[in-house]
Amino acid sequence: MKTAFGFPNLAVEVGMSEVESRRAFLEKVASTVFAGMVLGGQPVKAGAEPAKVELPPRPPDGPILPELEYEDVLLRMQRDLERALNKGTTPKWVMVIDTRKCVGCHACTISCAVENKLPPGVVYRPVVEEQVGVYPQVTWKFLPRPCMQCDNPPCVPVCPVGATWKREDGIVEIDYDACIGCRYCLVSCPYQARTFDFGENWTQNTPGQGQMPYEELPTFEWGEVHVRKEGVIPNSPVGNARKCSFCLHRIEHGLLPQCVTTCIGRATFFGDASDPESLVFQLIHQPNVMRLKEELGTEPRVYYLV
Amino acid sequence: MRVWGWILYGVLAAIGLGGFFLRFATGHQLAGYGSYVPWGLWVAAYIYFIGLSAGAFLLSALVYVFGVRKLEPIAPLALVVALASLLMALVTIWFDLGHMERFYYVYLRPNFRSMMAWMVWLYTAYGLLLLAELYYALRRHLPRYVDRGGITGFLARLLVKGRKTPFTQEEIHRDEGIIKVLGTIGVPLAIAFHGGVGALFGTVVAQDLWHSPIYPILFLTGALLSGGALITAVYVFFWPRKDEEWRELSLFLGRIVLGLILFDLLLEWAEYSIPMWYGVGPEFKALWSTLFGRFWYVYWVFHILIGVVVPIGLLLAWGLRGRVKAIGLASFLVAITFLAIRLNLVIPSLVHPKLEGLMNAYRDHRLVFAYLPTWFEWSVVVFSVALGFTVTYVLVRILPVIEGKLLKEVA
Ligand code: SF4
Ligand code: SF4
Repeated sequence: MKTAFGFPNLAVEVGMSEVESRRAFLEKVASTVFAGMVLGGQPVKAGAEPAKVELPPRPPDGPILPELEYEDVLLRMQRDLERALNKGTTPKWVMVIDTRKCVGCHACTISCAVENKLPPGVVYRPVVEEQVGVYPQVTWKFLPRPCMQCDNPPCVPVCPVGATWKREDGIVEIDYDACIGCRYCLVSCPYQARTFDFGENWTQNTPGQGQMPYEELPTFEWGEVHVRKEGVIPNSPVGNARKCSFCLHRIEHGLLPQCVTTCIGRATFFGDASDPESLVFQLIHQPNVMRLKEELGTEPRVYYLV
Repeated sequence: MRVWGWILYGVLAAIGLGGFFLRFATGHQLAGYGSYVPWGLWVAAYIYFIGLSAGAFLLSALVYVFGVRKLEPIAPLALVVALASLLMALVTIWFDLGHMERFYYVYLRPNFRSMMAWMVWLYTAYGLLLLAELYYALRRHLPRYVDRGGITGFLARLLVKGRKTPFTQEEIHRDEGIIKVLGTIGVPLAIAFHGGVGALFGTVVAQDLWHSPIYPILFLTGALLSGGALITAVYVFFWPRKDEEWRELSLFLGRIVLGLILFDLLLEWAEYSIPMWYGVGPEFKALWSTLFGRFWYVYWVFHILIGVVVPIGLLLAWGLRGRVKAIGLASFLVAITFLAIRLNLVIPSLVHPKLEGLMNAYRDHRLVFAYLPTWFEWSVVVFSVALGFTVTYVLVRILPVIEGKLLKEVA
């Protein structure tokens, strides 16, 4: 049996030669994740074949399943991504979030903030938290909420200057150099996925002088270079509506969105929904798929597995 | 009395200038709104001012288009007030932009699917029309001032090209004809742009409370009421000659204001009772907290008590029985407290979370579902008010707005 997910099999491994298997696992995961994150500009070149992992020897009373072959979903998605970028037609980008696997660690929120150098008050992918039940019969549910990149986006037609539009690949783009900062799109988004850059900084009102280096780095959103600066005439994206871009600048360089690579629960998937071979295609054709506020007719491009 | 007025003006102007400079020096950082409540006091104030403008203009149209001769003396003044409040509205909403220097993009690259783009274009047309109407309404008086020094003389020479012979009856008649045409264009224009402001809110699917067909109508009635009340108050208190004609006209205006208060109340009843009646539905909770939540007093005290009950009482008990000052006071209260209605149109829908649990997702003072205008925001609105007053005052001083004379000459 071949599964798309790395984790279920981990359970198989743990419990035998614990230390060994964990090390093998970590090495593997770490190499993938860090290759995606740290190497920055260099896409991970995944081989054409799923990488086979040597499973540690099993004790005689181990699981009676046949030899398992598994692959980290990141590798699968990386291959899907390369195929989508090279196929010659416009891909249909979608994101899938498995709410059952989300542990509410907020790593995606943070990695997104790091990737896009987000200032305070600007957030693209908060993890919505809701308490279910009352103590002691209590649990939490988590719902990461990026921009839905709606196919029928209510935020687009409202823009008085046409500074935001739907791209052919499905991403709803903002031109930071055209946006006048009226915030009409903020009130029009049913998912509250847009935030306004008030020109605030993390080091503001803290002791010391000047800003931290990370506050002065440019952002590469939408494939452009922008250096924030507040002032009478602020430098965009200060004074603009901002939102998740599905990490368009990374996709264009063959990298998965940052939130996908950093999701420790492997709960976030990204890919081309027009390719039946892709992982996301298979995921969104399951019966347990839903989208948020379906009744509004916004046709979100972000699917949730429940 | 007069001295106190000027002291008040001085204080307001100082506060306003403070806000003005802070807006440029600190951008939006001192404002209380955030990303979940993206619009605040400035947007509310803007629709309030633009409503005043539309209302004042429609009042002038009663004279120029529908021939209500009784209101003739105040028609040019109504035009001036309409112009000043248009300016107040535009300045306020300009301050609200994240990139003030890009406002002209709305002309260069408009997206005409957006109600906001329509609005800006319609305002521009309306502003030009107001100027033209004012010109034709006043130019018949200008030859008398051509020999004057100062700005009045300069404007008179400029606008009638140094002509000294008075306008003939025929020419005046022709000017009236032009005004009538302009006013006739202006009426649908005013209805379009102010109904359009209502539509700007009403068309937003994401905001349950706004997304209602009654919004454009509500905005128009509100404009007539607030603009009419403002003109009435200005007329009662500031009209230089308090004679029999002034009395009669004040009574007439008082009756109009009373009628509009009641009509507006009727619409408001529809606005609140329809979504709330059975106590379920997405709007119910939001409206309930408007009425009985933390800011209940905005509705009950500022709107219902000071903006409806007291003015109706004043009008019925004294005003319409001949105590003209009571009409002025009632109208003044209506005009001022209308800001409370505007606030209650804009804010309650926004403070209502669109995704449950979003408030727990990320802690930041810009990512909360609560809003209270800061002093900074108030001071910027005060700037607009002081500006509007200044413009009105300067115009009635340098142009023959009141009965064809300058303020000095009639006072
Ligand atoms: S989620 Fe909101 S911001 Fe994103 S495309 Fe849809 S309406 Fe626009
Ligand atoms: S904030 Fe910017 S992108 Fe949004 S509607 Fe206004 S101009 Fe358009």
